[in-house]
Amino acid sequence: MARILMKGNEAIGEAAIRAGCRFFFGYPITPQSEVPEYLAKRFPEVGGVFTQAESEVAAVNMIYGAACTGTRVFTSSSSPGISLMSEGVSYIAATEVAVVIVNIVRCSPGLGGILPSQGDYWQATRGMGHGDFRILVLAPASVQEAANLIGLAFDLADKYTNPVMVIGDGIIGQMMEPVEFPEMTDPKSFKEKPWALTGAKGREPNILTSLFLDPDVLEAMNQRLLKKYRQMEATEKRWEEYNISDHMDLLVFAYGTMSRISKTAIDELKQEGIKVGLFRPITLYPYAYEAASALIEKADKLISVELSTGQMIDDVRLASKGREVAFFGRQGGIVPTPEEVKSEFLKLVKS
Amino acid sequence: MVNTIFSRPEAHRDIFTHYCPGCTHGITHRLVAEVLDELKIRERAVGIAPVGCAVLAYNYFYCDFAEAAHGRAPAMATGIKRARPDLIVFTYQGDGDLASIGMGEIIHAANRGEKITVIFINNAIYGMTGGQMAPTTMPNQRATTCPFGRDVNVAGYPIRVAELLSNLVTPSYVARVTASIPSQIPNAKRALRKAFQYQIEGRCFSLVEFVSTCPTNWGMSPIKACGWAQSDMLPFYKLGVYKTPDDPIPDAVRPREVKK
Repeated sequence: MARILMKGNEAIGEAAIRAGCRFFFGYPITPQSEVPEYLAKRFPEVGGVFTQAESEVAAVNMIYGAACTGTRVFTSSSSPGISLMSEGVSYIAATEVAVVIVNIVRCSPGLGGILPSQGDYWQATRGMGHGDFRILVLAPASVQEAANLIGLAFDLADKYTNPVMVIGDGIIGQMMEPVEFPEMTDPKSFKEKPWALTGAKGREPNILTSLFLDPDVLEAMNQRLLKKYRQMEATEKRWEEYNISDHMDLLVFAYGTMSRISKTAIDELKQEGIKVGLFRPITLYPYAYEAASALIEKADKLISVELSTGQMIDDVRLASKGREVAFFGRQGGIVPTPEEVKSEFLKLVKS
Repeated sequence: MVNTIFSRPEAHRDIFTHYCPGCTHGITHRLVAEVLDELKIRERAVGIAPVGCAVLAYNYFYCDFAEAAHGRAPAMATGIKRARPDLIVFTYQGDGDLASIGMGEIIHAANRGEKITVIFINNAIYGMTGGQMAPTTMPNQRATTCPFGRDVNVAGYPIRVAELLSNLVTPSYVARVTASIPSQIPNAKRALRKAFQYQIEGRCFSLVEFVSTCPTNWGMSPIKACGWAQSDMLPFYKLGVYKTPDDPIPDAVRPREVKK
């Protein structure tokens, strides 16, 4: 299959189709609107059903409904829209059905702005909604990786019957890059889901609910979910290591677009004889603490670089076991240049 | 020899009721179950329970069921029906669920013409949470959050869902019935049959509003509650068919040919 030059958001739409998804429900919001726009045009060619919901609140409950029938389904939105969806995601996680949610993150709290940000890290990895639950979070750093992770997201959602989020800063959704897609997956090739709502013909009715008024039953449900999350933590951690050596002057923690800017700075510093490594988490939850810890032992100094005021740094601190972690970040949609990042690295190495 | 002359519909489980004495949920559940049986759609029916007294509706119906977030049943039904148009999808919602927190979802599901059936229970009060004011509470009717009666100057007048939805241009079937007057029950069942029939034919969105009672939170005996529904609700919430899919579409919005 040839590589095509494509915008991130459109590549996300096409990747979902390749993964055998034929249902999308969503609401327009910058900077992710090209996902619904692409699917509104492309879905009719492959027998998919595109629905523009009246709000993100409705959209998330529509994917909840579609997921109850056992089909692959997804939605996409951006930060304020994801906040509106958080109630529904909690229900979906509690009911244990499979959905994929794409968050093309925009900046700052409130209405904020429409420029890129990584300010939803906590929301995605900690406080997606009320109650005790987790969602898998995948963070691509390129259009190609966004397409790859969409495919993985659908597989993981089915594997764990759990919501999976693919989170990209606005740049991932908006920039154009060459991308190669996998072959089409036939939506009819998926295994039957015996729990799905398909009509109680020749079997007892299936009931999908998140309501359990008996505390013992509810606690058992919490424990079952916990077991599932532990299994995710044991098997689904993904990360990339870059320019790692046995003795590093500095180890950088960055994901998404910030990891690519950091790589440029790292390459330049390498020319100057300064050894800087990069740990890039691909799964933000579960975070690969052990892998990060192993690298931390090889580095003199640590820094977390983010398009936020410092959110992933919490996980870096957990991995660093008490070591000091420096921080550099820009907000408001401002993306630092490689020179800016390089000078921050240099300042830290020389301090 | 003993002959069975009256029994539960197959679509209704054999279960003790959790509803209060005199509540009309029981009659309405039975009517829905009878219609599912008579139209032979139980095996492809998916019900969606609301948040409210009917939150446990799936304990009564013998068919596939989902439990929605408060007010979101029409959105969930949309997702199910669009993914599986062969299924018969119905929601069962109270007035707090449908006409307050879920007003956005019901209007847009109706306006998109989702081929789903909505059973709407209007008893002019929040039941499960303990008798708070609903959007359908009558002027000066007392509730725990309007202890001196609904003040129309601060809470506005009650919302008439059947009238509201019948103003949409998108074809639909909208009727208001009641199960609190015995002579009206056959009419109520006819409306339910019609509503499901339209869905089976893939014709339109359908909603049947039931003017219902809440003896517990109204603070009345079941008999008095039925009387109050008649004397105080029905003059405002008039029974009847408000919209059918055969109603004409105004010329001004008749779709023109789209250039591809």
